Amino acid sequence: MLELILFYIFAGIAVVSAILVITQKNIVHSAVFLASTLLSVAGLFLTLHAEFLAGVQVIVYVGGILVLFVFVIMLISLERSAVERQFNRQWTIALIAAAALIAEFAYAIFKGRDSFVLPDQGEPATDAIVGNTQAVGTALFTKFLLPFEIASILLLVAIVGAVILAKRKTQVD
Amino acid sequence: MVSTYHYLFLGAALFTIGVIGVLTRRNIMVILMSIELIMNAVNINLIAFSAHHHHVTGQIFSIFVITVAAAEAAVGLGIVIAMFKNKETMNINEIDIMKW
Repeated sequence: MLELILFYIFAGIAVVSAILVITQKNIVHSAVFLASTLLSVAGLFLTLHAEFLAGVQVIVYVGGILVLFVFVIMLISLERSAVERQFNRQWTIALIAAAALIAEFAYAIFKGRDSFVLPDQGEPATDAIVGNTQAVGTALFTKFLLPFEIASILLLVAIVGAVILAKRKTQVD
Repeated sequence: MVSTYHYLFLGAALFTIGVIGVLTRRNIMVILMSIELIMNAVNINLIAFSAHHHHVTGQIFSIFVITVAAAEAAVGLGIVIAMFKNKETMNINEIDIMKW
């Protein structure tokens, strides 16, 4: 019962803040509501017993990516974007696309409802003994070592690319 | 009792909100934030299935999604800054130098 209450609290905060992210006129407000969404998603990860991922979500998303967003918002001027129109003229196309997407999701979830009935496997023995972080770490450094290294190369390339993009001489110079 | 269904519906809702944000907003920062929302929806689904199957692989995939999101944010914001230095705008309707 407590699980259900926690789920509805976190899910409600996440969905309402997500709607506010895309409807706010001021992008600083959008960033604040994005933080609220990300933190409640971290809470949902806790209810799913993914404690390590909840920590990663808070540290990387809220502490890293979102701070980067706020930095860039502060670097560029807000005055002009605050007065101009925030939505483009694609409302009808966007609504049609969203309706098609919702229909597709509803069909897939409705069609697959029987495939979610798994035989009860009980609580996993490994998780109970060693905990979530150790299970994730063991899998990451044994079975998924090569993808892990490729991810580190991706991050290196992204760092180099971001520095080059931000440093490049522009027409203004 | 919370089932995997609840999380799938939440993921679908967040994904749809993100798609609507990408399609309707003109401010490039909000579009990047909507992309983060979409990636969060995917993460919710991955971790819900990880808990559903009592298997840790979904969480590993989720870590990779977060890695890609961080790389995407770094490069995307670098592009935003470079573009703002050139055109002094964040409105995607005015950014059309590559339009033929």
